[in-house]
Amino acid sequence: MLRLEGIEAGYGAVQVLRGLSFAVEPGEVLCLMGRNGVGKTTALRAIMGQVPVSAGAILVDGVAVQDLAAHDVPKEGIGYVPQGRRLFGDLTVAENIEIGLMTRGRDARVREKVLTIFPRLRERLGQISRTLSGGEQQMLAIARALCLEPKVLLLDEPTEGLQPSMIALIRDTVVALKETGVATILVEQRVDAALSVADRIAFISGGQVAETVDTGGMTEQSPQFAAYVGV
Amino acid sequence: MSLGSIFLLALLEGLVSASVLALTASGLSLVFGIMRVVNVAHGEFFMLGAVIAWFVSHWVGGPPAVAFVLALGVAPLVVGGIAALADTLVLKRLNYEPEATIVATIGLLYILQQGALSLFGPNALPVPAPFDLRLQLIGFGYSGYKLAVIAAAVVILLSLWLILTHTRIGLVMRATQIDRNTARAFGINVDRVYAMVFAMGAGLAAIAAVLIVPIQQAHYLMGADPLLLSFSVVIIGGLGSLRGTVVAALLIGMVDQVIPIFLPVVLPDYGAYFTPTLAKILATLVVALVLVFRPQGLFGKRHA
Ligand SMILES: Nc1ncnc2c1ncn2[C@@H]1O[C@H](COP(=O)(O)OP(=O)(O)OP(=O)(O)O)[C@@H](O)[C@H]1O
Ligand SMILES: [Mg+2]
Repeated sequence: MLRLEGIEAGYGAVQVLRGLSFAVEPGEVLCLMGRNGVGKTTALRAIMGQVPVSAGAILVDGVAVQDLAAHDVPKEGIGYVPQGRRLFGDLTVAENIEIGLMTRGRDARVREKVLTIFPRLRERLGQISRTLSGGEQQMLAIARALCLEPKVLLLDEPTEGLQPSMIALIRDTVVALKETGVATILVEQRVDAALSVADRIAFISGGQVAETVDTGGMTEQSPQFAAYVGV
Repeated sequence: MSLGSIFLLALLEGLVSASVLALTASGLSLVFGIMRVVNVAHGEFFMLGAVIAWFVSHWVGGPPAVAFVLALGVAPLVVGGIAALADTLVLKRLNYEPEATIVATIGLLYILQQGALSLFGPNALPVPAPFDLRLQLIGFGYSGYKLAVIAAAVVILLSLWLILTHTRIGLVMRATQIDRNTARAFGINVDRVYAMVFAMGAGLAAIAAVLIVPIQQAHYLMGADPLLLSFSVVIIGGLGSLRGTVVAALLIGMVDQVIPIFLPVVLPDYGAYFTPTLAKILATLVVALVLVFRPQGLFGKRHA
């Protein structure tokens, strides 16, 4: 579904990704873990065409997207939930959702579907999104990405700064999407959250995937967490 | 003329200036608000609008009203086209770096000004008003055309507001203004939005000029005043705030007309001091005060 092959990318002279490769299939959740500043966000931004890729390939269903203009990447069916949410803060909840729907020309049917997942947003359609609570903002960021009916969903630390009940809600949402066949890439710092939703974890170090492990055989004490995340 | 009549006259003249200024300044404000580009060439887009109005009325002939309506359509299209071209060929290549775009638009200012001089010559070019109607108000006759200018400005500004707040394209523009990278992640072609916004900003200046040119005449150096006044309006009103732009334009338009027309009548002993120059000095003073005490403008939001 989504495959990265030997991606090199960075900011100006600073190279962050040095041959990053991984793949995620429909109905699978791949978690990216690694220390702060290792380049997890950069990897997602490279997929979205927001960071120039100097080498390697990014394939969505076999279609190379690494040379597309940034605004054409989401049209391939990639929904992005950026770190820190990046809502259009001065716009209302309804307007943020409208922008999500416009991306791939989706209509009221998809809007209904998304608002059914997040009924709290339906009650707040007219509210300026900047004034939502942190949890509601995260719901809106996910809702906005789901408005694309994405084949691939990129989630960058969606549970950052949220209380347990909200984290559980987001986990349930990710699990439900997985069952509908969405391929998900989840950046997550919390070991328990990663283990509870991910099928595999790719540990990033030195701009590459150092090790990929099936979560089936892992516990919170697995040595990779200490080695690559430092917890 | 009674004091009341003179005041009404000053008020109407102020409204005419304010209308044209609000249109011009809203273009500047739109471009800065969405693209973060300080367009020093904005006054030249105004000048081009006026010159094109002359060109159309000169070459089309026929009744002035036909040429005028034609100019009202042609001028913003041509000027907007030139602006979109300047955006794609110059500003985009500079990556919209703030300092670089200021220098580039200064260059554009001279290119457009000298271009107009070469094509249309150094003389003031008169354009006839589309209709000639004098209305008898209390104690004085007043140009019906000037009232039409006020009405036209109100309609255009309302339309602009409706476009920004109630249409998809307006939503796309506002999203781009807030966060252009995230806008791209939702399929918004930011380059195209920028070209369109720059064209719209220039088009607003051009329309303003077409409206005023039957009162003021077209001239290749006429862009300086509207540029300075627009900057004043935009600083007082707050960059990117349409409401602030309109309020500040009213303020400056009024100061500009009420001082030289009305005050000399009320205080005849000091009449010599109440010149348009004093009005400009006062307007500049207000700008300076706003910059010191409320740099985000009266209606602007504080930006991080
Ligand atoms: N716009 C930028 N310009 C220059 N350097 C940047 C930029 N954004 C990120 N970097 C650098 O790139 C490296 C990787 O950053 P990135 O945000 O991808 O890390 P991360 O793994 O997502 O970290 P975190 O866990 O803190 O979110 C860091 O060293 C960071 O300082
Ligand atoms: Mg990050």
